[in-house]
Amino acid sequence: MPRVKVPRKSTAIDMTAMCDVASLLLTFFILTATARQPEALTVDTPTSTVKIKLPESNIATITVGQGKVFFGVQGQPIRERVLQKMSERYKVPFSAEDIKRFSLMDNFGVPINQLKQVIDMKGADRNKEGLQPGIPVDSVAGAASQLHEWIYQARVATKEINDESLRISIKGDAKEEYPTIKKIIDILQKQKVNKFSLVTSMEGAD
Amino acid sequence: MAELNSDGGGGGKKGGKVRSKKQSTRVDMTPMVDLMFLLITFFMLTTTLAKPQAMDLAMPDKDDKNKDEQLDVADTRTMTVLLGSKNKIEWFVGLADNPISAPTVEDYGKNGIRKAIIEKSKDIKASTGKDMIVIIKPSDKSNYKNLVDILDEMKITNIKQYAIVDINTPEIELLKRDGVY
Repeated sequence: MPRVKVPRKSTAIDMTAMCDVASLLLTFFILTATARQPEALTVDTPTSTVKIKLPESNIATITVGQGKVFFGVQGQPIRERVLQKMSERYKVPFSAEDIKRFSLMDNFGVPINQLKQVIDMKGADRNKEGLQPGIPVDSVAGAASQLHEWIYQARVATKEINDESLRISIKGDAKEEYPTIKKIIDILQKQKVNKFSLVTSMEGAD
Repeated sequence: MAELNSDGGGGGKKGGKVRSKKQSTRVDMTPMVDLMFLLITFFMLTTTLAKPQAMDLAMPDKDDKNKDEQLDVADTRTMTVLLGSKNKIEWFVGLADNPISAPTVEDYGKNGIRKAIIEKSKDIKASTGKDMIVIIKPSDKSNYKNLVDILDEMKITNIKQYAIVDINTPEIELLKRDGVY
Protein backbone atom coordinates (compact mmCIF):
# COMPACT_ATOMS: atom_id res chain seq x y z
CA MET A 1 0.00 0.00 0.00
CA PRO A 2 1.29 3.39 -0.80
CA ARG A 3 1.71 5.60 2.16
CA VAL A 4 -0.54 8.66 2.31
CA LYS A 5 1.65 11.67 2.20
CA VAL A 6 0.63 14.48 4.45
CA PRO A 7 1.69 17.71 2.85
CA ARG A 8 3.88 19.70 5.10
CA LYS A 9 2.40 23.09 5.87
CA SER A 10 4.19 26.25 6.76
CA THR A 11 3.78 27.46 10.33
CA ALA A 12 3.93 31.11 9.34
CA ILE A 13 0.54 32.80 9.36
CA ASP A 14 -0.41 35.80 7.38
CA MET A 15 -0.47 38.56 9.93
CA THR A 16 -1.57 41.39 7.69
CA ALA A 17 -5.20 41.15 8.73
CA MET A 18 -4.31 41.00 12.38
CA CYS A 19 -2.08 44.00 11.98
CA ASP A 20 -4.89 45.91 10.30
CA VAL A 21 -7.27 45.24 13.14
CA ALA A 22 -4.66 46.12 15.73
CA SER A 23 -3.85 49.45 14.13
CA LEU A 24 -7.52 50.28 13.75
CA LEU A 25 -8.11 49.69 17.45
CA LEU A 26 -4.99 51.59 18.35
CA THR A 27 -6.11 54.61 16.34
CA PHE A 28 -9.50 54.46 18.00
CA PHE A 29 -8.10 54.39 21.52
CA ILE A 30 -5.59 57.13 20.86
CA LEU A 31 -8.27 59.40 19.48
CA THR A 32 -10.80 58.73 22.22
CA ALA A 33 -8.28 59.09 25.04
CA THR A 34 -8.49 62.44 26.72
CA ALA A 35 -5.21 64.00 27.56
CA ARG A 36 -4.55 64.59 31.20
CA GLN A 37 -5.22 68.19 32.03
CA PRO A 38 -2.59 70.10 33.94
CA GLU A 39 -3.75 70.92 37.43
CA ALA A 40 -3.00 74.07 39.30
CA LEU A 41 -3.27 72.25 42.58
CA THR A 42 -2.18 68.66 42.66
CA VAL A 43 -3.97 66.58 45.21
CA ASP A 44 -3.55 63.00 46.24
CA THR A 45 -7.09 61.69 46.55
CA PRO A 46 -7.86 59.01 49.12
CA THR A 47 -8.79 55.56 47.91
CA SER A 48 -12.13 53.86 48.23
CA THR A 49 -13.89 50.80 46.91
CA VAL A 50 -16.74 52.60 45.16
CA LYS A 51 -16.94 51.96 41.46
CA ILE A 52 -19.18 54.78 40.29
CA LYS A 53 -17.48 56.99 37.74
CA LEU A 54 -17.63 60.71 37.85
CA PRO A 55 -19.88 62.19 35.13
CA GLU A 56 -18.29 64.28 32.38
CA SER A 57 -20.67 67.18 32.11
CA ASN A 58 -22.69 69.42 34.41
CA ILE A 59 -20.17 68.99 37.15
CA ALA A 60 -18.24 71.41 39.28
CA THR A 61 -15.14 70.33 41.14
CA ILE A 62 -13.93 71.90 44.34
CA THR A 63 -10.31 70.95 44.82
CA VAL A 64 -8.98 71.18 48.35
CA GLY A 65 -5.36 70.77 49.29
CA GLN A 66 -2.78 72.46 51.52
CA GLY A 67 -5.55 74.59 52.99
CA LYS A 68 -6.29 76.12 49.59
CA VAL A 69 -9.52 75.82 47.69
CA PHE A 70 -9.75 75.78 43.92
CA PHE A 71 -12.90 75.78 41.85
CA GLY A 72 -13.65 74.57 38.35
CA VAL A 73 -16.73 73.84 36.32
CA GLN A 74 -17.02 71.79 33.14
CA GLY A 75 -18.19 73.27 29.84
CA GLN A 76 -17.00 76.45 28.15
CA PRO A 77 -20.39 78.19 27.75
CA ILE A 78 -21.09 77.67 31.43
CA ARG A 79 -17.72 79.07 32.44
CA GLU A 80 -18.31 82.17 30.33
CA ARG A 81 -21.71 82.74 31.86
CA VAL A 82 -20.39 82.22 35.38
CA LEU A 83 -17.67 84.80 34.93
CA GLN A 84 -20.15 87.32 33.52
CA LYS A 85 -22.38 86.82 36.53
CA MET A 86 -19.51 87.06 38.99
CA SER A 87 -18.27 90.19 37.27
CA GLU A 88 -21.68 91.80 37.80
CA ARG A 89 -21.90 90.56 41.34
CA TYR A 90 -18.52 91.86 42.50
CA LYS A 91 -18.30 94.85 40.11
CA VAL A 92 -15.02 93.62 38.68
CA PRO A 93 -14.93 94.28 34.93
CA PHE A 94 -13.71 91.63 32.50
CA SER A 95 -13.26 92.15 28.77
CA ALA A 96 -14.69 89.77 26.18
CA GLU A 97 -11.17 88.50 25.60
CA ASP A 98 -10.76 87.76 29.31
CA ILE A 99 -13.99 85.82 29.39
CA LYS A 100 -12.91 83.81 26.37
CA ARG A 101 -9.60 82.98 27.97
CA PHE A 102 -11.26 82.15 31.25
CA SER A 103 -13.53 79.64 29.56
CA LEU A 104 -10.45 77.62 28.62
CA MET A 105 -9.19 77.39 32.18
CA ASP A 106 -9.97 74.17 33.95
CA ASN A 107 -9.84 75.50 37.44
CA PHE A 108 -8.50 78.44 39.33
CA GLY A 109 -7.90 79.50 42.89
CA VAL A 110 -7.62 83.24 43.32
CA PRO A 111 -9.82 85.91 44.84
CA ILE A 112 -11.89 87.60 42.16
CA ASN A 113 -9.95 90.87 42.25
CA GLN A 114 -6.77 89.00 41.27
CA LEU A 115 -8.44 86.81 38.71
CA LYS A 116 -7.63 89.14 35.81
CA GLN A 117 -3.90 88.78 36.36
CA VAL A 118 -4.17 85.01 36.33
CA ILE A 119 -6.26 85.08 33.15
CA ASP A 120 -3.61 87.24 31.44
CA MET A 121 -0.87 84.74 32.20
CA LYS A 122 0.24 82.00 29.89
CA GLY A 123 -1.18 78.55 30.56
CA ALA A 124 2.10 77.10 31.76
CA ASP A 125 2.75 79.95 34.22
CA ARG A 126 -0.67 79.69 35.79
CA ASN A 127 -0.07 76.27 37.21
CA LYS A 128 3.10 77.16 39.05
CA GLU A 129 2.95 75.95 42.56
CA GLY A 130 2.14 78.53 45.17
CA LEU A 131 1.09 81.16 42.65
CA GLN A 132 -2.64 80.93 43.23
CA PRO A 133 -3.53 81.45 46.88
CA GLY A 134 -6.95 79.79 46.77
CA ILE A 135 -10.48 81.16 46.76
CA PRO A 136 -11.55 82.82 50.03
CA VAL A 137 -13.94 80.53 51.87
CA ASP A 138 -14.67 82.74 54.85
CA SER A 139 -17.56 85.11 54.76
CA VAL A 140 -16.52 88.73 55.10
CA ALA A 141 -18.68 91.10 57.16
CA GLY A 142 -21.83 89.06 56.85
CA ALA A 143 -21.64 88.72 53.06
CA ALA A 144 -21.40 85.24 51.63
CA SER A 145 -17.90 83.99 50.84
CA GLN A 146 -16.58 84.11 47.31
CA LEU A 147 -16.61 80.35 47.02
CA HIS A 148 -20.27 80.41 47.97
CA GLU A 149 -20.96 82.86 45.14
CA TRP A 150 -18.95 80.89 42.59
CA ILE A 151 -20.85 77.71 43.40
CA TYR A 152 -24.16 79.51 43.39
CA GLN A 153 -23.54 81.25 40.06
CA ALA A 154 -22.28 78.01 38.51
CA ARG A 155 -25.50 76.31 39.54
CA VAL A 156 -27.59 79.13 38.10
CA ALA A 157 -25.59 79.13 34.86
CA THR A 158 -25.91 75.37 34.42
CA LYS A 159 -29.62 75.58 34.94
CA GLU A 160 -29.91 78.41 32.39
CA ILE A 161 -27.77 76.86 29.69
CA ASN A 162 -28.26 73.11 30.03
CA ASP A 163 -31.46 73.07 32.04
CA GLU A 164 -29.96 70.51 34.37
CA SER A 165 -28.86 70.71 37.94
CA LEU A 166 -25.16 70.98 38.62
CA ARG A 167 -23.47 68.16 40.45
CA ILE A 168 -20.83 69.18 42.89
CA SER A 169 -17.83 67.09 43.68
CA ILE A 170 -15.20 67.64 46.31
CA LYS A 171 -11.71 66.52 45.43
CA GLY A 172 -9.75 66.65 48.62
CA ASP A 173 -6.21 65.74 49.49
CA ALA A 174 -5.97 62.69 51.72
CA LYS A 175 -3.92 64.63 54.26
CA GLU A 176 -6.25 67.60 54.39
CA GLU A 177 -7.54 68.35 57.87
CA TYR A 178 -11.22 67.89 58.46
CA PRO A 179 -12.09 71.51 59.45
CA THR A 180 -11.21 72.71 55.92
CA ILE A 181 -13.49 70.09 54.41
CA LYS A 182 -16.17 70.95 56.90
CA LYS A 183 -16.10 74.61 55.85
CA ILE A 184 -16.84 73.59 52.29
CA ILE A 185 -19.58 71.19 53.29
CA ASP A 186 -21.11 74.00 55.33
CA ILE A 187 -20.98 76.35 52.35
CA LEU A 188 -22.74 73.74 50.24
CA GLN A 189 -25.35 73.07 52.89
CA LYS A 190 -26.05 76.75 53.18
CA GLN A 191 -27.32 76.69 49.61
CA LYS A 192 -29.28 73.53 50.33
CA VAL A 193 -26.91 71.31 48.41
CA ASN A 194 -27.12 68.25 50.57
CA LYS A 195 -26.00 65.72 48.03
CA PHE A 196 -22.57 65.82 46.50
CA SER A 197 -19.76 63.50 45.53
CA LEU A 198 -16.36 62.89 46.99
CA VAL A 199 -13.72 62.14 44.42
CA THR A 200 -11.60 59.12 45.21
CA SER A 201 -9.22 56.86 43.38
CA MET A 202 -9.58 53.15 43.08
CA GLU A 203 -8.78 50.55 45.67
CA GLY A 204 -9.42 46.84 45.73
CA ALA A 205 -11.82 45.56 48.36
CA ASP A 206 -9.93 43.49 50.90
CA MET B 1 13.41 59.35 -14.82
CA ALA B 2 10.60 57.81 -16.74
CA GLU B 3 12.47 54.63 -17.31
CA LEU B 4 11.07 51.85 -15.30
CA ASN B 5 13.23 49.11 -14.03
CA SER B 6 11.60 46.59 -16.23
CA ASP B 7 13.88 43.70 -15.55
CA GLY B 8 13.72 44.18 -11.85
CA GLY B 9 11.37 41.73 -10.30
CA GLY B 10 10.86 39.23 -13.01
CA GLY B 11 14.48 38.61 -13.77
CA GLY B 12 14.08 39.18 -17.47
CA LYS B 13 15.90 36.74 -19.64
CA LYS B 14 16.90 38.97 -22.46
CA GLY B 15 20.18 40.67 -22.53
CA GLY B 16 21.84 39.95 -19.29
CA LYS B 17 23.11 37.02 -17.50
CA VAL B 18 22.74 38.90 -14.32
CA ARG B 19 19.94 37.28 -12.58
CA SER B 20 18.56 39.27 -9.80
CA LYS B 21 17.26 37.01 -7.13
CA LYS B 22 13.54 37.00 -6.67
CA GLN B 23 12.90 38.48 -3.30
CA SER B 24 9.87 37.86 -1.25
CA THR B 25 7.68 40.88 -0.57
CA ARG B 26 6.53 39.45 2.72
CA VAL B 27 7.64 41.14 5.87
CA ASP B 28 7.58 39.48 9.21
CA MET B 29 4.84 41.33 11.02
CA THR B 30 5.05 39.58 14.36
CA PRO B 31 7.01 42.30 16.23
CA MET B 32 4.75 44.97 14.76
CA VAL B 33 1.63 43.20 15.92
CA ASP B 34 3.18 42.68 19.34
CA LEU B 35 3.87 46.36 19.69
CA MET B 36 0.40 47.29 18.52
CA PHE B 37 -1.32 45.12 21.05
CA LEU B 38 0.90 46.46 23.76
CA LEU B 39 -0.13 49.99 22.88
CA ILE B 40 -3.80 49.02 22.62
CA THR B 41 -3.68 47.51 26.08
CA PHE B 42 -2.03 50.62 27.42
CA PHE B 43 -4.59 52.99 25.96
CA MET B 44 -7.52 50.82 26.95
CA LEU B 45 -6.42 50.64 30.55
CA THR B 46 -5.53 54.28 30.90
CA THR B 47 -8.76 55.58 29.41
CA THR B 48 -11.02 53.57 31.67
CA LEU B 49 -8.96 53.50 34.83
CA ALA B 50 -7.82 57.08 34.97
CA LYS B 51 -11.34 58.36 35.44
CA PRO B 52 -11.84 59.20 39.08
CA GLN B 53 -14.48 57.51 41.16
CA ALA B 54 -17.20 59.45 42.84
CA MET B 55 -18.52 58.58 46.23
CA ASP B 56 -21.97 60.02 46.69
CA LEU B 57 -22.63 61.59 50.02
CA ALA B 58 -25.96 62.87 51.23
CA MET B 59 -25.86 65.10 54.25
CA PRO B 60 -28.82 65.57 56.56
CA ASP B 61 -30.82 68.66 55.77
CA LYS B 62 -29.64 71.58 57.78
CA ASP B 63 -32.12 74.25 58.67
CA ASP B 64 -30.75 77.47 60.08
CA LYS B 65 -34.16 78.68 61.22
CA ASN B 66 -35.05 75.97 63.68
CA LYS B 67 -31.75 74.62 64.83
CA ASP B 68 -33.10 72.82 67.85
CA GLU B 69 -35.23 70.53 65.79
CA GLN B 70 -33.17 67.39 66.11
CA LEU B 71 -34.26 63.98 65.10
CA ASP B 72 -34.25 61.75 68.11
CA VAL B 73 -33.09 58.21 67.61
CA ALA B 74 -33.10 55.39 70.09
CA ASP B 75 -29.73 55.21 71.81
CA THR B 76 -29.91 51.45 71.97
CA ARG B 77 -29.43 51.17 68.26
CA THR B 78 -26.96 53.93 67.55
CA MET B 79 -23.27 53.44 67.25
CA THR B 80 -21.22 56.60 67.49
CA VAL B 81 -17.89 56.63 65.71
CA LEU B 82 -15.46 59.37 66.66
CA LEU B 83 -12.62 60.03 64.27
CA GLY B 84 -9.57 61.01 66.25
CA SER B 85 -6.00 61.87 65.38
CA LYS B 86 -3.19 59.48 64.36
CA ASN B 87 -5.62 57.47 62.21
CA LYS B 88 -7.48 56.11 65.22
CA ILE B 89 -11.16 55.64 65.77
CA GLU B 90 -13.07 55.55 69.00
CA TRP B 91 -16.53 54.05 69.02
CA PHE B 92 -19.30 53.32 71.49
CA VAL B 93 -22.95 52.35 71.47
CA GLY B 94 -25.46 54.54 73.21
CA LEU B 95 -24.84 57.93 74.76
CA ALA B 96 -21.43 59.42 75.44
CA ASP B 97 -21.95 59.84 79.19
CA ASN B 98 -23.77 56.56 79.61
CA PRO B 99 -22.57 54.18 76.93
CA ILE B 100 -24.13 50.75 76.54
CA SER B 101 -20.90 49.39 75.22
CA ALA B 102 -17.77 51.05 76.54
CA PRO B 103 -15.74 53.36 74.27
CA THR B 104 -13.08 51.43 72.41
CA VAL B 105 -10.14 52.76 70.43
CA GLU B 106 -9.74 51.00 67.13
CA ASP B 107 -7.76 51.18 63.89
CA TYR B 108 -9.15 51.56 60.42
CA GLY B 109 -9.34 48.57 58.15
CA LYS B 110 -10.83 45.17 58.11
CA ASN B 111 -9.48 43.95 61.43
CA GLY B 112 -10.29 47.14 63.26
CA ILE B 113 -13.46 49.07 62.89
CA ARG B 114 -15.03 46.80 60.30
CA LYS B 115 -15.14 43.87 62.70
CA ALA B 116 -16.69 46.04 65.39
CA ILE B 117 -19.33 47.40 63.02
CA ILE B 118 -20.30 43.96 61.75
CA GLU B 119 -20.49 42.49 65.27
CA LYS B 120 -22.46 45.37 66.72
CA SER B 121 -24.89 45.54 63.84
CA LYS B 122 -25.61 41.85 64.30
CA ASP B 123 -26.13 42.30 68.04
CA ILE B 124 -28.42 45.25 67.56
CA LYS B 125 -30.38 43.53 64.84
CA ALA B 126 -30.87 40.54 67.16
CA SER B 127 -31.87 42.53 70.24
CA THR B 128 -34.01 45.30 68.77
CA GLY B 129 -35.03 43.85 65.43
CA LYS B 130 -34.02 47.05 63.66
CA ASP B 131 -30.96 48.08 61.69
CA MET B 132 -28.13 49.86 63.36
CA ILE B 133 -27.64 53.60 62.88
CA VAL B 134 -24.08 54.86 62.69
CA ILE B 135 -23.27 58.43 63.64
CA ILE B 136 -19.93 59.60 62.33
CA LYS B 137 -18.35 62.45 64.22
CA PRO B 138 -15.08 63.65 62.77
CA SER B 139 -12.96 65.63 65.19
CA ASP B 140 -10.84 68.58 64.15
CA LYS B 141 -7.73 66.44 64.32
CA SER B 142 -8.92 63.90 61.78
CA ASN B 143 -8.15 64.28 58.10
CA TYR B 144 -10.09 63.86 54.91
CA LYS B 145 -8.78 60.37 54.28
CA ASN B 146 -10.25 59.21 57.59
CA LEU B 147 -13.66 60.51 56.55
CA VAL B 148 -13.52 58.76 53.19
CA ASP B 149 -12.29 55.58 54.83
CA ILE B 150 -15.12 55.44 57.31
CA LEU B 151 -17.69 56.19 54.61
CA ASP B 152 -16.14 53.39 52.62
CA GLU B 153 -16.55 51.05 55.58
CA MET B 154 -20.24 51.97 55.62
CA LYS B 155 -20.48 50.85 52.00
CA ILE B 156 -18.55 47.65 52.67
CA THR B 157 -20.47 46.66 55.79
CA ASN B 158 -23.72 47.64 54.11
CA ILE B 159 -24.92 50.05 56.76
CA LYS B 160 -27.86 51.88 55.29
CA GLN B 161 -28.39 54.54 57.92
CA TYR B 162 -25.49 56.75 58.75
CA ALA B 163 -24.93 60.45 59.18
CA ILE B 164 -22.06 62.85 59.63
CA VAL B 165 -22.68 65.01 62.66
CA ASP B 166 -20.59 67.67 64.39
CA ILE B 167 -18.64 66.52 67.41
CA ASN B 168 -19.47 67.98 70.84
CA THR B 169 -17.38 68.75 73.91
CA PRO B 170 -17.98 65.58 76.01
CA GLU B 171 -16.91 63.50 73.05
CA ILE B 172 -13.76 65.55 72.52
CA GLU B 173 -13.01 65.00 76.21
CA LEU B 174 -13.45 61.29 75.64
CA LEU B 175 -10.96 61.37 72.77
CA LYS B 176 -8.52 63.38 74.89
CA ARG B 177 -8.82 60.91 77.74
CA ASP B 178 -7.85 58.04 75.46
CA GLY B 179 -5.04 60.01 73.89
CA VAL B 180 -6.32 60.19 70.35
CA TYR B 181 -6.98 63.90 70.07
